[in-house]
Amino acid sequence: MTSATADLPVREPAEKSAVKPDMPSVDLVALFRESTVGDVLAELDRDLVGLTPVKTRIREIAAQLLVERARETLGIASGAPTLHMCFSGNPGTGKTTVALRMADVLFRLGYIRRKHLVSVTRDDLVGQYIGHTAPKTRDVLKRAMGGVLFIDEAYYLYRPENERDYGQEAIEILLQTMENQRSDLVVILAGYESRMETFFQSNPGFRSRIAHHVTFPDYDVAELIEIAEGMLARMHYRLDAEARAAFEEYLARRIRQPNFANARSVRNALDRARLRQASRIFADAMQGGGPSDTAALTLLSATDIRASRVFDTPPPRPV
Amino acid sequence: MRITQGTFSFLPELTDEEIGLQIDYALQQGWACSVEFTDDPHPRNTYWEMWGLPMFDLKDPAGAMQEVTACRTTYPQHYIKVNAFDSVRGFETMRLSFIVNRPQDEPGFRLERQDVQGRVQHYAMKAYSNDQPPASR
Repeated sequence: MTSATADLPVREPAEKSAVKPDMPSVDLVALFRESTVGDVLAELDRDLVGLTPVKTRIREIAAQLLVERARETLGIASGAPTLHMCFSGNPGTGKTTVALRMADVLFRLGYIRRKHLVSVTRDDLVGQYIGHTAPKTRDVLKRAMGGVLFIDEAYYLYRPENERDYGQEAIEILLQTMENQRSDLVVILAGYESRMETFFQSNPGFRSRIAHHVTFPDYDVAELIEIAEGMLARMHYRLDAEARAAFEEYLARRIRQPNFANARSVRNALDRARLRQASRIFADAMQGGGPSDTAALTLLSATDIRASRVFDTPPPRPV
Repeated sequence: MRITQGTFSFLPELTDEEIGLQIDYALQQGWACSVEFTDDPHPRNTYWEMWGLPMFDLKDPAGAMQEVTACRTTYPQHYIKVNAFDSVRGFETMRLSFIVNRPQDEPGFRLERQDVQGRVQHYAMKAYSNDQPPASR
């Protein structure tokens, strides 16, 4: 893991020294330890490669909620902060994964009552005929109460080309609930950055009701390799040095191609490499290559990777 | 006459917080909650009007409470109850049902006697609150 902050607690304001001895005070460190949110944050650092701005924001939110809880114990509560979020970024940058973690973080901090996340898209919110949308949206909201409502590809809710689109109705109900039942529900919108921008422009009410706009940056090659190795380790595969070099070269080419979807493309590439490895081992065995051992079965060789279509195109021009 | 039907009906009225806790308990047992209302408190009136569909897949009482509140605003002078349905095979029935709203004034029941065949008497209970036709009560 690149980040060295995994074992550091949330950065807290250095207010302890300012507290006078006769004033009631709260031990933030104890609160932090009690909430076990440190484990989630450390896990986040360990499992998610890169994504520094996202991790920073999650730490900030965690700190804010802890301080809020500390204030509450001293009787200076200011009401729960709004925590509706918008995750924008290119495909495969981990928006859904982070949203799932977010439910865990918010639950441990006591901001939401249940550790559950309801993941929906336009289809689940918008009805097919007049009068169908409102009950459908309300039903989804009811199911998400107490937890996190995750709306994937949220920009599809608004279809500017059709002014009679029912999406607008769903948006209105959503906004109303986001405003009135802030303590019952956290809404996280996710979508590609450029399209989310258009979405917010046509629904200004949305932008102002969302406190946290988090942008997910694209991964660079080193991070993608790290992601690939994590995926392979979980699937009990490995790359040898040659294959690793081949994969690096593969990624350098793939990144420049259209429709590159970051970690998702990596996973697909690895799936195809596994397919080729399987057929290679099988062909070998059929030609009398003898029994295969664990080492052979877990190794993805350079030939498995170099067989990819991506290598057919000329190599990228040096940047 | 305060009618006593369902769970908790001999207890003082539940507060909203207590209702929420009961719904929470039902959800933890995996029961699906629904809200029903009626203006006919007769004990044999088993099928009350449904306030929306039963709410499956709820995780938190806030969703069900929202419906209770909505039903109360629409029918402040009706009986409203929350049912919790257990779909587990072998039960497939209500496991919990309690009244969450009742009219301010509950006139009670009158006993009606009917002479049939000789000296045989049939008894019937009628709720005073249902004396008026539905539109005017």
